[in-house]
Amino acid sequence: MKRHSKLNRVTLYDVIVALIVVVITIVVVYPLYYTVIASFSDAAEVYAGNTFFWIKGFTIDAYKNILKESEIWIGYRNTIVYTVAGTLYNLFLTIPAAYVLTKKDMPFRGVISWYFFITMYVSGGMIPTYFLVRNLNLINNPLVMIVGAGVSCYNLIVTRQYFSTSIPSDLYEAAYIDGAGDGKCFIKIALPLAKPIVAVMTLYYGVGHWNDYYTGLLYIYKSKYFSLQQVLNKILTSNLELKIDDTMDSDMIEHALRQYRAAQGMKYSIIFVGSLPLLIAYPFLQKYFAKGIMIGSVKG
Amino acid sequence: MKTMNQKPKSRSLLKRIWRHRVLYLMILPPIITVFIFHYIPIYGVQIAFKDFSTKLGIWGSKWAGLKHFKTFISHPFFPRIMWNTFWLNVVSLLFWPSSIIFAILLNEMRSMKLKKVCQMLTYAPYFVSTVVVCSMCRIFLGRDGLFHMICNVFGKDFVNLMGYASAFPWINAVVDLWRGLGWGTIIYLSALAGVSAELVEAAKIDGATRLQVIWHVDLPHLKPTIITLLILRMGSMLSVGFEQIFLLQTPLNLDASTVISTYVYETGLVNQQYSYSAAIGLFNNLINVVLILAANTISKKVSETSLW
Repeated sequence: MKRHSKLNRVTLYDVIVALIVVVITIVVVYPLYYTVIASFSDAAEVYAGNTFFWIKGFTIDAYKNILKESEIWIGYRNTIVYTVAGTLYNLFLTIPAAYVLTKKDMPFRGVISWYFFITMYVSGGMIPTYFLVRNLNLINNPLVMIVGAGVSCYNLIVTRQYFSTSIPSDLYEAAYIDGAGDGKCFIKIALPLAKPIVAVMTLYYGVGHWNDYYTGLLYIYKSKYFSLQQVLNKILTSNLELKIDDTMDSDMIEHALRQYRAAQGMKYSIIFVGSLPLLIAYPFLQKYFAKGIMIGSVKG
Repeated sequence: MKTMNQKPKSRSLLKRIWRHRVLYLMILPPIITVFIFHYIPIYGVQIAFKDFSTKLGIWGSKWAGLKHFKTFISHPFFPRIMWNTFWLNVVSLLFWPSSIIFAILLNEMRSMKLKKVCQMLTYAPYFVSTVVVCSMCRIFLGRDGLFHMICNVFGKDFVNLMGYASAFPWINAVVDLWRGLGWGTIIYLSALAGVSAELVEAAKIDGATRLQVIWHVDLPHLKPTIITLLILRMGSMLSVGFEQIFLLQTPLNLDASTVISTYVYETGLVNQQYSYSAAIGLFNNLINVVLILAANTISKKVSETSLW
């Protein structure tokens, strides 16, 4: 009886644990929170350090300025195209391959599996890959943001794991007896049951494309093909210079300072605009991501 | 006799292949793309052993043997770069157990609602791109940034951390920590869900405190997961975070932030010393493979957990 009450009572231990977790959570979220409130606050207030907890001097000037920056919208458009097309390309290559690799009676299955797994540990590296892309005439070609090996070995393993554990092989047996071929089995049986894993892979690949900076850095130099991440980096790392000299009177200095701070403040709103789609989407998507990690870890 | 046995066998192999022709057709496209984008560059690694000239191309350029490797190893920067790469990873590894600790804390929470909220909020940084994370870091630590204001609040003098080379590994590690803390818990939490409730009950009846349960029940249960992830982490020791390190570099911290991968990028794609930088890249890959094999062997001996 005593033990029972001990189990249900909230103890000091529980309070301390909850407190530590809450404090850690606040510390982790705070930089994002601060960015958002700073982006909606008056630049001078941000600079004066008055926006630690809440918006001060509410303004959407920074966002109005962003609307005028056509660069960002070009980046947005490009990245949407790259993400949609690239993810479709990835799915088209990964899902059937993972299904095929579950077929134990297929000759050379082991060899083919190794053919993919080796790529996890051995690669040509930055320079030989750069030459390949150059020889394929993909430098400054938006296609390079979409096509590529197309199969990430880790994702292939996760998907294969799903097919072999979540779809009972009896289903295929029955279909084979009814005279269905491999192709029909895949389309009619495996695919409809594979919706969860297709969702997981869409997200894995999709987020990868959306946040991809490396590919653009290496292969895209024309600003009209820049990905969103390239544009963001270009704007966010541009060094702002505060130009003040002796010939300026106090009004001019004030004006220069205000402009400088506004430009500085715009960086917060650019961060927010650049990250918004994923920050809105991830609470809905995270359970699929988590599922992917768990399917992958079963392999262990 | 033998040939008679073999013939039907090989015929049946062909038959089996023919029967699965659709499967081969399905896996053919990824085989081709992986061949082009993975295997051709592996073949192209030979550029590291050649003196590349644009006129002759990779295949036509003259062999140079190990010249570029020797140049790299005798380069005055070599010890610096190796040390930076190593030290950056050691500092990052110091923070590596934080996800395990956080997962255990979350697992100890009574209120499921609060736990869910905290979990979800701490996942957020994982979805923010490297470009944005690094820019935030620069802005916050910069002259007009959050760090400066916090210094003001506490009456301390502002220090430009981004300008200090010795601070770089720690900044990089904290950025890593911030992005991965919440996300890293998923795998441990799913493992912790598998701890048998009976075992915990038995321990409690024996008078174990909750800390003792964590130490003697939860942690041993997590051990295989921890070791597997640690091996994988070791294998990527020298290659982690090109993007992040590259994006956190400033002219002032180059002394500590030039690592192998950023050096490859700089010498290869910026200064166009293709053969030389390919040699450095290959050198890097070889060390990675050695590291992962070593980590795997050690863990096999010590704990009977291994990747393969």
